[in-house]
Amino acid sequence: MTMTTTDEKIESHTLTILVDNEPGVLARVIGLFSGRGYNIESLTVSEISESRELSRITIVTPGTPSFIAKISAQVERLIPVHRVYDLSLREDTIFRELALLKVAGKGENRVEALRLAEAFQADVVDASLEHFVFELRGRSKKITQFIELMKPLGLVNIVRTGVIAVSRGSERM
Amino acid sequence: MARTLSGAEIVLRTLGDQGVEHIFGYPGGAVLPIYDALFQQNKINHILVRHEQGATHAAEGYARSTGKVGVVLVTSGPGATNAVTGIADALLDSIPLVVITGQVGTALIGSDAFQEADVVGITRPCSKHNYLVRDVNDLARILHEAFYIARSGRPGPVVVDIPKDVQFNLGKYANFSNTGHRTYRPKMQGDKDKIKQAIALMVAAKKPVFYTGGGVINSGQKASNLLRQLVEATGFPITSTLMGLGAFPASDKRWLGMLGMHGTYEANMAMHDCDVMINIGARFDDRITGRLDAFSPDSKKIHIDIDPSSINKTIQVDLPIVGDVAHVLEEMLEQWKTAKLKQEKEALAGWWTEIEGWRKRKSLAYTNASDKIMPQYAIERLFALTRERDTYITTEVGQHQMWAAQYFHFDRPNRWMTSGGLGTMGYGLPAALGVQVAHPKALVIDIAGDASVQMTMQEMSSAVQHNLPIKIFILNNEYMGMVRQWQELLHEERYSHSYTAALPDFVKLAEAYGGHGIRCSDPAELDNKIMEMIESPLPVIFDCRVEKLANCFPMIPSGNAHNEMLFADASKDDIGSAIGEAGKTGV
Ligand SMILES: Cc1ncc(C[n+]2csc(CCOP(=O)(O)OP(=O)(O)O)c2C)c(N)n1
Repeated sequence: MTMTTTDEKIESHTLTILVDNEPGVLARVIGLFSGRGYNIESLTVSEISESRELSRITIVTPGTPSFIAKISAQVERLIPVHRVYDLSLREDTIFRELALLKVAGKGENRVEALRLAEAFQADVVDASLEHFVFELRGRSKKITQFIELMKPLGLVNIVRTGVIAVSRGSERM
Repeated sequence: MARTLSGAEIVLRTLGDQGVEHIFGYPGGAVLPIYDALFQQNKINHILVRHEQGATHAAEGYARSTGKVGVVLVTSGPGATNAVTGIADALLDSIPLVVITGQVGTALIGSDAFQEADVVGITRPCSKHNYLVRDVNDLARILHEAFYIARSGRPGPVVVDIPKDVQFNLGKYANFSNTGHRTYRPKMQGDKDKIKQAIALMVAAKKPVFYTGGGVINSGQKASNLLRQLVEATGFPITSTLMGLGAFPASDKRWLGMLGMHGTYEANMAMHDCDVMINIGARFDDRITGRLDAFSPDSKKIHIDIDPSSINKTIQVDLPIVGDVAHVLEEMLEQWKTAKLKQEKEALAGWWTEIEGWRKRKSLAYTNASDKIMPQYAIERLFALTRERDTYITTEVGQHQMWAAQYFHFDRPNRWMTSGGLGTMGYGLPAALGVQVAHPKALVIDIAGDASVQMTMQEMSSAVQHNLPIKIFILNNEYMGMVRQWQELLHEERYSHSYTAALPDFVKLAEAYGGHGIRCSDPAELDNKIMEMIESPLPVIFDCRVEKLANCFPMIPSGNAHNEMLFADASKDDIGSAIGEAGKTGV
């Protein structure tokens, strides 16, 4: 199938999708991306209502504006989907991600790692004489930057939650 | 009031409360409880097929010719996987189906049990929605919901996978047939303001055209009636996709014929040159648009569709109206009454003159012969000899399908059943079966190709068993004609594996099944033999031996624009140069 416009820019979009929490709903949403050969940069999903009936899925995906509009309409067409919002279309969206980083080392590297962690306001959630586990929250860019800095200092592994996002103000999304 | 029943009984109660009279199916271990419940009642008739694909196409034919939901019942594993082609077919052509599949017991799911398949996984991308029922107390709600989802909005197939223990378990039944859905609420009414803008465009239009599709048929008889009124009121020309044939009478003078890859010259030229295009229930499919960047370059496009995701999917439109066709047309007609005084009458007359010029090109003309049957002629005679009757046509896929669309004309909706979106060879014979079940007294003809018909030929046995006198009219060219045509045009006549060197004797085959076989290769005998077919009380296979190398024209090779058509009288050189590299990669 041919896509209509070719001169549009590919950018990362953050889609937030409100769904009925029923079996298979995540597979339905994700299937629309994988079936078209599109990549997902990050994905988070969790129940959000007390009665366990609603879930919120946040997907970060690259695409042209017209592709994003198309895929949003197709996601919205799925039976258990309530609404789809492209939160990156708004200037004031709050994006957050959480990461856990394990850094191992001794001597100068260890001191430097701890100093940088303080500067980034990362918490030390586990430590021994040979390692730290840092917990860092913030926008994805900040986390990526921190990871880059830790690489030469003995970075062992990284776990990232993926992005969650919410609009400012009193509305629902 | 909730009553306690077994899961299998709940299935039948639900079908009864949904007004289902016929279901198409095939038994097996994982649906035995439902078959047992079927045995003990006589409200619902079960039509036993010979292959589960046949059950799905039969249900599609039933649904398409009645406007009701088609119902299928098959067993787990291979029963369900055999049904997948029909489910996918129904999704692409927006046909309402409820497909009930048996599943292994809940405790066995995921253990690679005998005849286990992940049916919700397999059918997720090819159904409108699907369910795995884990608790018998959810069964009634889910089944009623399945019917609602299948028939409302843009219709489609819904799969309900029921594990065997759930069929045995006792649970509560309640009639949920009038409940809506929490998240799924299709928008029926079109935005009045948008419709007003559409009317303004139409009033000012100098070269308007209606481009209509299967959505008009799905919206119901009322939508077809309103479409007729709107065409009458506006005086605009109208064309339709393959799926929309019959929604507007082909005998009307405003009818331009079908558009698209094998559409008429006048329809495609009108689409290309128009200044206002009113798309009603069609989806800018690639068979219609041809080359996207050359598609109707100078027109304002209005798009009426019940499915918001169809809007701007392949073609950017100027004015989308999301809603049900009948609802939107009603409002349009109302608004047109006050707006029409300002209509561009003179320009419209000029537009018609231009269209009449294109009509004179006679793009469907072909050279007839007296010593052999031309396939186009066979369809013309079939049409002429059946037009006064209560006739329904189904088709397989290939050249014969296009010739049927071109030379058989429909004045009413729901009379034409064909696999448009998926292009499924093997659709027509079982679909005819389903149509005949719904209309036992009607004349139901499957216009077939010799290759396609062999894909589901075994359903002849079902036709004989259930006294369904369907007529299978094979345009026998011994080739997979459409494949051969593409090989001729695009691959320098290298006919790789498109010739069927060992065709069965179709007359004997008909007799072997207990039907009636007829063969004809002489145009002079054709009428008499067609009459013999029509008058036979049995299912008939008609082996119509036609010219083997005929091609289906006119044609817009894929990758070409609407105004770059090939005609029957084009020379080989013209054809070679008309098809670019893009055309070779297209399908
Ligand atoms: C299930 C399936 N397999 C393959 C195709 C590809 N295909 C399209 S048309 C065609 C040939 C059909 O031949 P026949 O039924 O004899 O019809 P004709 O074109 O000769 O009229 C084929 C193989 C298809 N549409 N469906």
